[in-house]
Amino acid sequence: MSLTAETPTTTDQDEDAGALPDLLYSEVEEDLRASVRALLAARSPWDAVLARTESDERTDTDLWARLGTELGVLGLPVAEDDGGAGASWREVAVVAEELGRAVAAVPFLGSAVTATAVLGRLGADELLTALAGGRSTVALAVPFGRLSGTAPQATCTRTGDAVSGGVRSVADARTADVLLVPTDDGALLQVSTDQPGVTRTPVVSLDETRPLVDLVLDGASGSVLATEAADAADAVAYGTTVAAAVLASEQLGVAEWCLQSSVSYLQDRRQFGRTLASHQALRHRCADLWVQVTQARAVARYAAACAAEDSADLAVAASLAQALCSDVAVRAAEECLQLHGGIGFTWEHPVHLYLKRATSSALALGSPHAHRSRLARLVDLPAPTDEEPA
Amino acid sequence: MTAPQTPAEARRLVAAFLGDHDPAGPDALAFLQARFDAGLARPSWPEGLGGLGASSALNGPVDDAFAAAGAPDNRPHSNIIGLGMAAPTLLAFGTPEQQARWLRPLWTHEDVWCQLFSEPGAGSDLAAVATSAVRDGGDWVVNGQKVWTSLAHESRWALLLARTDPRAPKHRGLTYFVCDMDAPGVDVRPLRQLTGETEFNEVFLDGVRIPDDQRIGDVGAGWRVTQATLMNERVAIGGATPPREGGPIGTLAQHWREHPEDRTAGVHDEVLRLWVDAEALRLTSARLTQQLLAGQPGPEGSGAKLAYAQLAQRASAAELAVLGGEALRYDDWTARRPVVGDLAERTPGFRFLRAKANSIEGGTSEVLRNIIAERVLGLPGEPRTDRDTPWEDLPR
Repeated sequence: MSLTAETPTTTDQDEDAGALPDLLYSEVEEDLRASVRALLAARSPWDAVLARTESDERTDTDLWARLGTELGVLGLPVAEDDGGAGASWREVAVVAEELGRAVAAVPFLGSAVTATAVLGRLGADELLTALAGGRSTVALAVPFGRLSGTAPQATCTRTGDAVSGGVRSVADARTADVLLVPTDDGALLQVSTDQPGVTRTPVVSLDETRPLVDLVLDGASGSVLATEAADAADAVAYGTTVAAAVLASEQLGVAEWCLQSSVSYLQDRRQFGRTLASHQALRHRCADLWVQVTQARAVARYAAACAAEDSADLAVAASLAQALCSDVAVRAAEECLQLHGGIGFTWEHPVHLYLKRATSSALALGSPHAHRSRLARLVDLPAPTDEEPA
Repeated sequence: MTAPQTPAEARRLVAAFLGDHDPAGPDALAFLQARFDAGLARPSWPEGLGGLGASSALNGPVDDAFAAAGAPDNRPHSNIIGLGMAAPTLLAFGTPEQQARWLRPLWTHEDVWCQLFSEPGAGSDLAAVATSAVRDGGDWVVNGQKVWTSLAHESRWALLLARTDPRAPKHRGLTYFVCDMDAPGVDVRPLRQLTGETEFNEVFLDGVRIPDDQRIGDVGAGWRVTQATLMNERVAIGGATPPREGGPIGTLAQHWREHPEDRTAGVHDEVLRLWVDAEALRLTSARLTQQLLAGQPGPEGSGAKLAYAQLAQRASAAELAVLGGEALRYDDWTARRPVVGDLAERTPGFRFLRAKANSIEGGTSEVLRNIIAERVLGLPGEPRTDRDTPWEDLPR
């Protein structure tokens, strides 16, 4: 039998294929990946990550410092004049992939992605330089579950330069020395955490490799980064959109680890006198997962490329990437667990770290459902109106 | 001629060719023959055989450049087996004489090709084919029955897999031939599908004589040649990337926009999921093309057919759900031959029914999962008892 004319690859039109950005990895990106992977293998093996989830120091500050000093990957998209590497969000996404593959406990997404994008958008060069140089770790004080690409729902008030209020479930803020705080008058302030008016209460988090805090500000002094509500809203929307785009690559790394781990385990484990891998029912699940991972890779690369080019399609690409890669990473972790059987349900096996990271990442910056609703508006596939048809 | 490296270089060659050959001229066949002789038929094919030895990623841009100039095309959708399977097989395994004999009229659409592979008793287990080919002087005499043969009724030539040694284990007793569909003893009968159409055929072979110079590859090497043909069928490499919403999602999305009265919450979520999956498949295909252009062929193509089948089936089912009562109407149950390219004009019921074949034709989704698991992920195959037993001793 044959494929017929309606297969996707035989479509005649090629109009925007030429317009699609490069979805591959460059040699420079592969070199970067190798360095990050080597550092993580040496400094962040999974059993150390697991032990850290029950220690007092949830954030791996030593690894974080090495990412800055040894690899210089904390300011990749920042211009060289501002102390960065003058690279782009593409390279940032490659680092995120490797950090996801290792479920590393560092505030990369919050500081090197979200805060970097917000500060870059506002032209806050001084703080950006400190961040890129590893001298400052910065967190955006917005609930981690808040849908990306939206203006913040400020829960803090400002009186002059003093900020008061609370923000629930902020990620990557435990070791931050600077918070970016939206206030209800539409401003955005930078607030040092090294003052009595700032309290960070650790939250028992679904993913303790990226633990949350509840933030309370009581007359904390800050300095204004943006007073115009439009500027602050734009910067937060932009920063979280870039974060959503890059998070997809982290999710890809999680999914790739889960697939690889499943394939290895099926080849090792014997039951009924043969390897699990020789059972077709199990092999087919790996094959399906592999197809999904290849799609996640293409979509995540597209999102990173759109961020790098500041493409007009960035909002679509970011929500597409979150809608797809969230589901793929969770599915990969769930399959990995099931294919491991009982050992996969134990504390001593790493798969639960990946399941928790995948699940919390799917809910972060908006659930896949929320991103599909966003896409409905962006690509004109509107929801039904709440009326019985006439 | 140096092989072009980029789409821009390829387009310059097309422009030069068009300077010497009027695309609006009266003799379309002569134009296509000249295009073949200039190496611009398929730039990825070898020099002297319709190509320039370039990357297959340049084939699409060259086709596009000719189309943009209004040049006649070789109606590729009407010779999909010839272009997609016969040509790559001839290029890989044919003798220079066979390549020179068949490739040019194949590409210009003078000759349509089909494949005589599947049999009633050999579907997914293709290596079990029972059609026999027995040597008789300079010829082979072929007897058997083939099935699921698209285009057999229009074809001049067929790729044929036949058993030449029933005493050998099944994969080792096969030989690959090119069969003349006009030869005595070839009987093509239409096979009707559940859509009402007769897209496929049964082909009965009764004492058909095939000269030995129409054998492709060595006697007994038919399975290896077949594997290559099937990979070309399944791995649609280097095809043009469709625009956003260019696949089965397009009809559905358009209807959703134009008919607010048909929108429901449950289907809305499915439409959005399909939009996401369609775009993911499109970007995956685009990435595969980029890998080819960069000289890094990846295995992602094996997943494309699997994902496409799932998408087409879900999208066509969602279309029925959106249409509701209107989808109760079908357009045509008569036993007609299909019209290439009319899928969008048919009723949604037809798309729904036809999509059921997507996960069966050209390798079932289950076989494709085996291929991914074994060849891409390196997982071992099922324990088997049929590999080393002579074919004639296997239970049937």
